[in-house]
Amino acid sequence: MIRRLILLALLAHLTCLPAFAALDPAQLARLGAEDSDEKIAAIAALAGADPEAMLPIFKAMSEDALYLAGDTLIRVEGDNYIDAASGKTLTPPPDNIESITINNRVRRTLDGALAGLRLFAAERDVRLAAAKELTASASAEVLPLLDKALAKEADPQIKQLLVLAQAKASLGSPDAAARLAAVKSLADSADPAVRQLLAAMLDKSSGSYSEPDEAVRIAAVASLTQIERRIAIGENLGRVFTGVSLGSILLLAALGLAITYGVMGVINMAHGELLMVGSYTTWVVQGLFRSYAPQWIDAYVLAAIPLAFMVAALVGVAMERLVIRHLYGRPLETLLATWGLSLVLIQAARVIFGPQNQEVANPTWMSGGIELYAGAMLPLNRIAIIGFALFVLLIVWLMMQKTRLGMFVRAVTQNRAMAGCVGVPTRRIDTLAFAIGSGIAGLGGVALSQIANVGPDMGQGYIVDSFLVVVLGGVGQLAGAVWAALGLGIVTKFLEGWAGAVIAKILVLLFIIVFIQKRPQGLFALKGRFVEN
Amino acid sequence: MKVGTLEHADPNQREQWEDGAPSGRIMTRGELDLSHKVILYLEDITVSFDGFRALNALTLTIDAGELRCIIGPNGAGKTTMMDVITGKTRPDAGRAFFGQTMDLTRMREPEIAHAGIGRKFQKPTIFEQHTVFENLELAMKTDKRVWRSLLAQLTGEQRDRVAETLKRIRLTSEADRPAGLLSHGQKQWLEIGMLLMQEPRLLLLDEPVAGMTDEETERTAELFVSLAGEHSLMVVEHDMAFVKALGGKVTVLHEGSVLAEGDLETVQNDPRVIEVYLGR
Amino acid sequence: MRTPLTIRFLTAMPRSGWIALAIFALVAWVLVPVAHLALPEGHPLHVSDYFVTLTGKVLCYAVVAVAMDLIWGYAGILSLGHGLFFALGGYAFGMYLMRQIGRDGSYKSDLPDFMVFLDWKELPWYWVGSDSFLWALVLVVVVPAAIAWVFGYFAFRSRIKGVYFSIITQALTYAAMLLFFRNETGFGGNNGFTDFKRILGYSITAPETRLVLFGLSALLLMCTLLLGRYLVTSKFGRVLAAIRDAESRVMFIGYNPLHYKLFIWTLSAVLCALAGALYVPQVGIINPGEMSPANSIEIAIWAAVGGRGTLIGPVLGAFTVSLAKSWFTVSFPEYWLFFLGLLFILVTLYLPEGLVGLWRRIRGARDKAPTAAKSEPAQTSKDDSRLPPDAATKGASA
Repeated sequence: MIRRLILLALLAHLTCLPAFAALDPAQLARLGAEDSDEKIAAIAALAGADPEAMLPIFKAMSEDALYLAGDTLIRVEGDNYIDAASGKTLTPPPDNIESITINNRVRRTLDGALAGLRLFAAERDVRLAAAKELTASASAEVLPLLDKALAKEADPQIKQLLVLAQAKASLGSPDAAARLAAVKSLADSADPAVRQLLAAMLDKSSGSYSEPDEAVRIAAVASLTQIERRIAIGENLGRVFTGVSLGSILLLAALGLAITYGVMGVINMAHGELLMVGSYTTWVVQGLFRSYAPQWIDAYVLAAIPLAFMVAALVGVAMERLVIRHLYGRPLETLLATWGLSLVLIQAARVIFGPQNQEVANPTWMSGGIELYAGAMLPLNRIAIIGFALFVLLIVWLMMQKTRLGMFVRAVTQNRAMAGCVGVPTRRIDTLAFAIGSGIAGLGGVALSQIANVGPDMGQGYIVDSFLVVVLGGVGQLAGAVWAALGLGIVTKFLEGWAGAVIAKILVLLFIIVFIQKRPQGLFALKGRFVEN
Repeated sequence: MKVGTLEHADPNQREQWEDGAPSGRIMTRGELDLSHKVILYLEDITVSFDGFRALNALTLTIDAGELRCIIGPNGAGKTTMMDVITGKTRPDAGRAFFGQTMDLTRMREPEIAHAGIGRKFQKPTIFEQHTVFENLELAMKTDKRVWRSLLAQLTGEQRDRVAETLKRIRLTSEADRPAGLLSHGQKQWLEIGMLLMQEPRLLLLDEPVAGMTDEETERTAELFVSLAGEHSLMVVEHDMAFVKALGGKVTVLHEGSVLAEGDLETVQNDPRVIEVYLGR
Repeated sequence: MRTPLTIRFLTAMPRSGWIALAIFALVAWVLVPVAHLALPEGHPLHVSDYFVTLTGKVLCYAVVAVAMDLIWGYAGILSLGHGLFFALGGYAFGMYLMRQIGRDGSYKSDLPDFMVFLDWKELPWYWVGSDSFLWALVLVVVVPAAIAWVFGYFAFRSRIKGVYFSIITQALTYAAMLLFFRNETGFGGNNGFTDFKRILGYSITAPETRLVLFGLSALLLMCTLLLGRYLVTSKFGRVLAAIRDAESRVMFIGYNPLHYKLFIWTLSAVLCALAGALYVPQVGIINPGEMSPANSIEIAIWAAVGGRGTLIGPVLGAFTVSLAKSWFTVSFPEYWLFFLGLLFILVTLYLPEGLVGLWRRIRGARDKAPTAAKSEPAQTSKDDSRLPPDAATKGASA
């Protein structure tokens, strides 16, 4: 009822555009009335006033920043006290001001008025948000307002939303033809709320359908199917995307492991901690930029990439030189020793950086997202990570296939003794391969810091996952690692949607155990005699 | 250097024989049937690795009691053939029978060993940490199931058998030394001794005299010749003097199938064999 | 002539071993109880509650360490998931202990507290019979054995070995941990089982109960050592070591490694489970944390520190590392992980044969000085670092 009043006021005002009445201080003061009903009436009346002028006042009211000093309505903005009617800053601030409190009922009215006002705002984003809000709460009363806004609106996206809101609102119309048209035009929606509305029309729990007209019901069924299909596509697209994004993280974690495992035949249990090293490097770089070069803060990630690579590679070389090198040919002992290394690194991180998680903020160009399809929002940071993983993959591939070092690494992977015989410096290659593998893990750490908190334990979960990628892909197979990482990522996300995260994890592990039964050499198996050695 | 190996042959093939119960006349257990005086049939065996045909429709038979030498250039498929016979590799096509009734393509490695095929590897594989005596004891023909091993103890008769074999392979004085400390030639002999302890009907010997001195080689030849008759032997060897000393029928493998067969002289004069060995 | 099995069992160990065992039994069954019960607190020889609980706990760890060594040291299979079997044994017995609480829980219900909290109305099917002590014992043995057998069958059949096997076992225990963390799994979720009151009607905190549990732990350890001694000196043990060193040769002489590995693997899991079942009433809690990969890998380091391929080594290792942990976590909690990490690294690098190997080396050096060096065969073959020390024929004087 109240809502209707406001809208009517708003409409009345819109019909006589653009002659705005000046804000009446007495009218404004009614916003500070004791009685909630009176406040609501005041809001309704004021909704028709100049949107430019009213918007900050309503906003202040909803933020509890509206005060009454005698009969003057005052809004507070930071340290300034502004006369709501004139918009002038009052110096010195008036004495004995009284805050205006609002209850939920008033707040709802206020929100409606705000959305209605914002529909005519100059900024596109504000209008878009308002249109979304109105679409969500559309009812028959809004219809005239929507018609007006539609006539004025030029932006296609907002227009689409408004049409949707209009159709939603028409569902409540007493005219069957209007309802039919609305139901039909709603078929283009992908909004779960619309699905609910249409489903409600077909509800028969009270004995008869809540929608009396059969033609409308038939149309509703048709629209419902379309909407459901679209929602399903949206959800699946979202899952594929998050799966690919998880897969690219796994890939970054597994690429390095695949290289070190391929070359030296040892699993580095501290590989996850190299991710952690990369992430902490990113965090430190961010801190340095914040302190010394705040104007370039958005570029900190770019600076962190080479640094994280180098720091992780150095840690890796130290591990290889001090420990792993002395355990050649004893893979099981290497597991234990590198586990020991991971414990030391974790504790070192705890001592240096503290046990609590640190947050690395996305640079602004990586914040936000793209709406690819109704309901499927793609965050920019994840898109950036996918791109980054592809970039790293390309570099690694070029290095392995096109450089002399890559050729040596491949040679040692296939036959260490033979490679040594033909003059490949196998020990140096080991160290280099370990440095590169570790460095790539460091890069993975940079990527990880953009979507998760940085903490001493963050690497622990990745060693099993990345090893599974290596197993699944087949040892020494870059292509295998890529497909395995993406496949695992996507399958995990779909299972999560279906059974929850824990069960999904367990199912994936079981799947891999079964998979090894069938294809012990991985997806891209090397066959023949030399596998047996 | 490779560590966590997940080796085995084509797992799909494995499924077929795992569920046991082969149909019809084909048996995987029981007595060796030598009614046709043939101990090993290989028929049209084909094995390929990623498109490379290691064995190409190989057909070969070994008579009971025969001593057969297999020669051929590298990559001719000699080792792969042994892998097929001992169940390590499953053929893509073809049939392999031990005697008249035992289908080797349906049996596991231990079953095949049990049925009476012993194999000596190219590189001597013995248990380096165990003593020479224990190596022979482990290889001895006996019930090799878990429960039996838990309760097993050597009888006097079994000790005698080990002692006898030790004498035959001239390692009596080394009986209590860890096998890893033997010389290369002695390891080869120990492995042959282990084969004998299994009392196999058919011995597959992959380059048994590699790394032996001339004297050791000579003695090995004598040993093999004395074994023939009672056992059947299939010897893969590059050393032509050794092949000549054995004196049996010779089969030449080339590119996964039989190129020529006959006594050494015939084979050596076969122009095709000369071409393969000397190149064009 | 065949020697009866009992005699062979007795002769599996040299006399010095039996004497050591008898002394151990005397200490565990007579001296400790007397010192705990008869001597007043404050007496210099009084054994405190803390000591009994701590030592009882470490005795259970020692059993696990020996079980780990049976498969790692003797069969060459490194499991990084043995904590799972330990925890399963603990959970199976913990179910019984939870039921023994009866209506004394905070909710005064017949159901365990966590089920009341979850608003469950009745016991899930797998809790049926959990109020019976005997059924609990059956579960302690059968469940871990079945899981180990099935997992082992598939893993060994596919010839998964080396680091592959290690990582897969780690994944297994990790998955189980996630599963047990869920409240819906029905094992108390995060908190697991705790607040036990009674065992077979006796108060679980009474000194007598503690001593009985302590004595049982000692008994389990002695039985494990005896069984282990018998196994590794039998032909079975020799086949196992042969599989470790040259599996394909073992196959071609007619043994099926699958069955051998499966037997020792399942046995090892059951020993862990029994230890777990004794551990839970002594420490009074079991939660999914016991299944964390870190716990399992710690078991491996017990065996490594003491000396793989010997039976006494893992016992020494379990005691050394656990007591060091107790001391560190009280005195220098910050440095415990550094110490543990360095222990992993240094032991694998410099003490591949553990404390037992170190002791042998010292003794060997002393013996060698007066008598002309009578080179022991195994010592010379040590250059080949690929091969773990062989103790199937010597060592292990428990």
